[in-house]
Amino acid sequence: MNAFWIATIGTSVIAFALKFSGHSMPQHWLENPKLQRVNALIPIALLSALVAVQTFTSQSKVMIDHRLAGLSVAIIALFLKAPFPVVVLSAAATSAAIYNWL
Amino acid sequence: MSRIDSVTARDSLSVSLTVGAYGVAFGASAVANGFTVVQSCLLSLLTFSGASQFAVVGVIGAGGSAISAIATASLLGVRNGLYGVIMAPRLKVSGLKRIVAAQITIDESTAVSLGAEARSPEAGRHGFWLTGAGVFLFWNLFTLAGALGAQAMGDARAWGLDSAVPAAFLGLVWPRLVSHADRVLAVVSVAFAIAMTPVLPAGLPIIATAFIAIAFGLRR
Repeated sequence: MNAFWIATIGTSVIAFALKFSGHSMPQHWLENPKLQRVNALIPIALLSALVAVQTFTSQSKVMIDHRLAGLSVAIIALFLKAPFPVVVLSAAATSAAIYNWL
Repeated sequence: MSRIDSVTARDSLSVSLTVGAYGVAFGASAVANGFTVVQSCLLSLLTFSGASQFAVVGVIGAGGSAISAIATASLLGVRNGLYGVIMAPRLKVSGLKRIVAAQITIDESTAVSLGAEARSPEAGRHGFWLTGAGVFLFWNLFTLAGALGAQAMGDARAWGLDSAVPAAFLGLVWPRLVSHADRVLAVVSVAFAIAMTPVLPAGLPIIATAFIAIAFGLRR
């Protein structure tokens, strides 16, 4: 079994276990305000780190390339309150244009 | 089940379609990062949580190990467990129904449900089931379409797919950046992940930012 299969199955099993255990857990677990705050902050940190790694690195090296142009357009789209598909598509189109023609 | 009110039906359908369509981006980027079409579809069917799925693909795509991919995706999946805690007393289901409810407990089904609940507890339950089932259907159909499409495309970079993934992450995190502290955490996480990439094994710079989030959360 290669890394792709391990990641696919491992993630799926844990994802379901997390969902199901939530449905089977007493409700007072959620009342701790610090726990709630950490729960809101963890996705912010992880997703921001993923944006950074996917935009600025390649094979463990820091790299500035066509992806930065794509991300910049995505940021502009988000400031203009564009809907999600527009954000993704405009980033992809910009990045592809620069990759192909520069 | 009693009659479903039209506002709940409309909200559920529009959320299902827009979020589901975004499955194209997932299917395409999964294949672009080396996953097979079958693996991409299994992730959507079984994991069924957008941010976690993108994280698996992102970490593996960046050269990370399966373990760090699973760990990052699972940390992002913790919030679904908390949604489960919120939804369980409202749905009051057991057995097979609870298993189905758990699988479709995601951001969207919880959000539509809690919104619809303002009308009646029944509308809240309808919103949960309709949105969960609708997103599940469309998300999986569009994942397949995206995966097959990307397979036909060849070089992912020529189509901008290598930028679609970070743009998708950015689109997921953007609405969460409400307070000043949220934005500071985002910037710190970006800087940390970039700075640590040449130093730490791939995948670890991402997951390590969870500890920055915990420190931020406990400090205040």
